Amino acid sequence: MKLIRKTILLSVMAACFLGAVGMAQARDLTIALRSEPSSMDPQFHSLTPNTQLSETLFDPLVRTDGNAKPVPSLAESWTVDGNVWTFKLRTDVKFSDGSPFTAEDVLFTYDRVPKVPNSPSSYSLYLSSIDKVEAPDPHTIKITTKGPSPVLLANLSMVPIMSHKAAAGPAPEGKTTVELNRGDGLVGTGPYKFVSWKRGAEIVFERNEHYWGDKPDWDKVTYRPISNSAARVAALLAGDVDVIEDPPTDDLPKLKKDKNLYIQETPSVRVIYLAMNQGQEPPPGMEGTDGKNPLADKRVRQALSLAIDRKAIVERIMDGVGLPAGNLLAYPAFGTSEKHSKAEVVNTEQAKKLMAEAGYPDGFTLSLGSPDGRYTNDKRIAQAVAAMWARIGVKTNVETMAPPVFFKQRNAYAFSTYLAGWAASSGEMLNPLKSLVVTKNKEKGLGTTNWSKYSNPEMDKLVAEASVTLDDDKRSKLLQQAGDMVMEDYGILPLQFELSVWAMKKDIRYGGRADQMTLAQDMTLAK
Amino acid sequence: MLATIVRRLLQTLLVVLIMSALVFGGLYLVGDPVDMLASPEATEAQRELIRQSFGLDQPLWRQYGIFLSKALQLDFGASFLTGESAMHLILERMPATLELATLAMFLSLVIGVPLGVYAGLKPNSKGARGVMAGSVLGFSLPNFWVGLMLIMLFAVMLGWLPAGGRGAVESFGPIKLSIFNWDGFKNLILPASTIAVAKCALIIRVTRAATRECLPQDYIKFARAKGLRERRVLGVHLMKNILIPIVTIGGLEYGQVFAFAVVTETVFSWPGMGKLLIDSIITLDRPVVVAYLMLTVVFLATLNLLVDIAYTVLDPRVRLGGGSAT
Repeated sequence: MKLIRKTILLSVMAACFLGAVGMAQARDLTIALRSEPSSMDPQFHSLTPNTQLSETLFDPLVRTDGNAKPVPSLAESWTVDGNVWTFKLRTDVKFSDGSPFTAEDVLFTYDRVPKVPNSPSSYSLYLSSIDKVEAPDPHTIKITTKGPSPVLLANLSMVPIMSHKAAAGPAPEGKTTVELNRGDGLVGTGPYKFVSWKRGAEIVFERNEHYWGDKPDWDKVTYRPISNSAARVAALLAGDVDVIEDPPTDDLPKLKKDKNLYIQETPSVRVIYLAMNQGQEPPPGMEGTDGKNPLADKRVRQALSLAIDRKAIVERIMDGVGLPAGNLLAYPAFGTSEKHSKAEVVNTEQAKKLMAEAGYPDGFTLSLGSPDGRYTNDKRIAQAVAAMWARIGVKTNVETMAPPVFFKQRNAYAFSTYLAGWAASSGEMLNPLKSLVVTKNKEKGLGTTNWSKYSNPEMDKLVAEASVTLDDDKRSKLLQQAGDMVMEDYGILPLQFELSVWAMKKDIRYGGRADQMTLAQDMTLAK
Repeated sequence: MLATIVRRLLQTLLVVLIMSALVFGGLYLVGDPVDMLASPEATEAQRELIRQSFGLDQPLWRQYGIFLSKALQLDFGASFLTGESAMHLILERMPATLELATLAMFLSLVIGVPLGVYAGLKPNSKGARGVMAGSVLGFSLPNFWVGLMLIMLFAVMLGWLPAGGRGAVESFGPIKLSIFNWDGFKNLILPASTIAVAKCALIIRVTRAATRECLPQDYIKFARAKGLRERRVLGVHLMKNILIPIVTIGGLEYGQVFAFAVVTETVFSWPGMGKLLIDSIITLDRPVVVAYLMLTVVFLATLNLLVDIAYTVLDPRVRLGGGSAT
């Protein structure tokens, strides 16, 4: 009897041991995502939740590393001569169905981009500078741009290459978005291949045995969209998932203390900023200014900037999950100057003095618009700014609203000032300058998100020149100059750079990315 | 009977029409879908292209007209966000909500009715007072809080049940249900209990009130005087009479849960229609929101009709169609 019991005990122990060993060898990974992708079609909707999954299934010609620098992907090397770029393709690459990758696939992919119907945010944004694409031989791609295009590489990194054989079809665009969502024709060269997508529930990927690069650590990756952040934390604590995106900042101190978890914080390319309506007419929400707009006066803008305690915002509202910002991108990103690498230090006395000089010793009233729930703690940051402005006599009415309403109101110039965020996806200064502060020009597509009426023709010229300069040193100098000009003008007030946060089980490591993407292939089992 | 059903359907159609117009106008006032969809880097020309491809460049009345004429052919348009048929997206998610609502209502009735009858029979006992105090708590506690507490207790601390998601599903043709296998069912327990907490409290109160009303009636006294066993008195004579309010409340609440399980679905990341609705409202995905409302209005109307029919079965004195009084 005793013997039998002992045998059972031993075999149970052995089974547990073997089970544990087996698990260490082939572990699956479950990731909780903040938002579900809208589509699996890598060319339907250019949006981070979609892009991060396409990056796992597909490869672009050139990819960007964690610091947004272009590095070889499907293209081994490239040369540029004026408007002509020549890419040498890797010869040893196979798609997940085993078929070889050639220049034909690149031609098909770039040709498909503008043909995808009803795209809510088209990928043609990234190919708009291209005049034509040719393939002189099966492993060379020649791209001619319409003019000098220094951001071509960053743009190409956004366009994943599809299999021309698998994605061909009777529709003009080949396999349609609906077909691709089912996984039909969804064949790429990336580290993982598509298995299934149950909408709202889970997305499953499996390792691509034909992958040309280093083998990732996980056999199977399951993504679960959990939009409620408290529920995401609960799922991690309960052990249902291994990694979660973006835990709420309020929970971070508690999570950091948990011995079973590991928290990764990585600086992002997203800046949270304040824009001020600088038109001649007093903007909506402004009172007590005798028909003038004080925001058109640089001294007032400087005073508003000096009144903001950026360090306190980061520490108290963001629980340390941010960095005080002095520019639109964190130094030393491409095109940022050292001069504005540090955030302005709060100085209420000087701010009051400047207000008096400008003719507003008793301040005035203005409105501050802010979305509620679009950026981390957005509403609370706006309320803190309002309290800080009150100290220099600027009475601030905070108007917070749901993001769709906010964006509509903002585009109608309904606020005196507003809080918003900008992610410089290309990781260099041209992108935020061109979109946020260059004078609005609908035809040329400049200043698309400049809703502050800020205009500085000299700076516009610098940015225009930088956008056609191929020499990196020269371009960086031009961008630094332009950025300095805006900061010294107080044309826009950067507040803080968001840190991207991931929480995971303690035996998993993820370095995080500046572009806030969650990539399963870059997660490793901690040794 | 038939006339009633036809009249009901016509009423429903009118309601659907008014609702769709309200939703159309409401979402139009809220914001521009292109702001939510397009990349912030997109140029004005690209935005214009998106606007045209979704027909958003047309005046609102024409957009609505196009929508109506298509809806008559049962085409409710494609989701702006995913490009897929809006109705298809909703129908795909419907089984998940349906099984959640059904289990929640089932739990509420199975627990609520006996407790309610007990509280009605012995209103002054300690147990009955406890039940009534619990029911007050049940519908005072906010739904999301109950959900989070259940997650903390059963998923995080005890580790018995998953914290969210749907788990394994079994396919019945195009319909996928998780209620029929253990792994899937485990996922269903917590969200269904969350909803059941509030609904159960309501059922208890309704049942108790009905029981108290019926007990002094002559037919109960007569049944007892006849010497019937207590079990038969309660099980047949009492039950049959208190069922009408319970069926009414149960039916209405079932519809409520089905159409608006939004909060619970979000907390438990349950892939039902409610979560889809919230996501669609945030992105101003008008076709999905409109299609959703049409569907729920039709569903609620049908449910009300079924409740009315159930009355006639339970109590032959109730005549449908408002015919001559008896």
